[in-house]
Amino acid sequence: MLKGILWREWRLLWRARSAIINPLAFLILSTLVFALAAPEALMEMSSVASGLLWAMVLLTQLLSLDAMFRRDYDSGMLEQSLLCVEVPFICVLARIFMQWLGSGFIIAAVAPALGLLLGLPLNVLPVVVLSLLLGTPALSLIGSIGAALTVGFSRGGVVLALIVLPLFLPVLIFGTDLITAAQQGDDYALQAYLLALISVFSLAIGPFAALAGLRISLELR
Amino acid sequence: MIFSALKSFWHKLGSPRWFFEMSQTWVFVLGWMALLLLAAGFVWAIAFAPADYQQGNSFRIMYVHVPAAMVAQSLYIGMGVAGFIGLVWRMKLTDVAIAASLPLGMLLTALALFTGSVWGRPTWNSWWEWDGRTVSTLVLFFLYVGIYALREAIPGQVLRARASAVIALVGMVNIPIIKFSVEWWHTLHQPASFTIMEKPAMPVEMWAPLLVMVLGFYTFAGFTVLSAMRLEILQREAGTAWVSAWVSGQDPLDLKKGA
Repeated sequence: MLKGILWREWRLLWRARSAIINPLAFLILSTLVFALAAPEALMEMSSVASGLLWAMVLLTQLLSLDAMFRRDYDSGMLEQSLLCVEVPFICVLARIFMQWLGSGFIIAAVAPALGLLLGLPLNVLPVVVLSLLLGTPALSLIGSIGAALTVGFSRGGVVLALIVLPLFLPVLIFGTDLITAAQQGDDYALQAYLLALISVFSLAIGPFAALAGLRISLELR
Repeated sequence: MIFSALKSFWHKLGSPRWFFEMSQTWVFVLGWMALLLLAAGFVWAIAFAPADYQQGNSFRIMYVHVPAAMVAQSLYIGMGVAGFIGLVWRMKLTDVAIAASLPLGMLLTALALFTGSVWGRPTWNSWWEWDGRTVSTLVLFFLYVGIYALREAIPGQVLRARASAVIALVGMVNIPIIKFSVEWWHTLHQPASFTIMEKPAMPVEMWAPLLVMVLGFYTFAGFTVLSAMRLEILQREAGTAWVSAWVSGQDPLDLKKGA
């Protein structure tokens, strides 16, 4: 059963490639916007690069999260899968995993290029990827709660942002600090552990709360 | 004995009517306590507490700032607990409590931010410092805003109750992580000379009025939340016989006899 769900989710992800590419384009475009808006910062770009990168990742996640359950909700597929599957929890978890694969994971994959754009030194780039791989699961997991609760609204985007952005802040802080520590040649094991801790913790509450949120949203219509 | 009394209290809490009738006394007691404590604390803080040797009289805003921040935080945690109870036991009253705590919590957080800003002007020489506690209070404000926005967006009462319970619970669980991370962030960005805010060993004459003010704010919050809950109950139960009897000034006991 799990295989079937994952296969369906994978095909959905693959067929809706624009849902992956558009947020990525947004990520690079917003970096460009920042570079044009604060030209002075370009001089010392590498000192703000880690924070800028993570801030943009947070905003990009919001875009991707808004679409997380929407199509299934509109088509009625969500109702079906929550009703028919023995353990609806697995459905939600599979969807969160695929959303992460299409957002956090892809961002981590293109992060070295972004890092170069932002003037990060070559030896820090693997650390950037590490911080994104450890931190973005938490964003998808916590974000799924907001996405589930707001999927019933015709314009849920702003409410979604208001709900989940405050909860994203710890990831932003530790993710930024991890890269900064690596830039300064310090040990970054502690930040990496903390990011992993937040992700695991989010795994413990995220899918359950998202499932509760989906049930509420399904009753909403 | 105690357990069964608690159990019966717990079951009775499920009834808005029982709560409405009982809370009449609680509101009365809390209201008077709040009035007395706040009046005494205010006069004590303004007129009798000694001026700070460094900050002069400007530190007196602390007597509003600290209690406001404390109560604002407690109200959010209270909302999380209410959300948990509401999700587990499906008690009607918990959403009434959330609805009543939300505006007060938001207002008190805003008051804490505002007084902090006013206090910062003479002390830190700027209206806004990205201090650790300032930032976590600001985040708290946005946690409140999130619940508020969600509640506004959902039309039905039952679903609104469940959705805000979920998000209040998630927010409460996340508060320790947010606090820890903001403190972490603060130690990284610690501005050099701002150590005045570090808890000094305050003399008794200074912290005693603060204690009175904190108690005053808590009783005031209790009074406000309970009053708002009573109003909310009246609105929600407007169709029932006991509410119309209460509004028209009829003795509910007569109503029982009549029925």
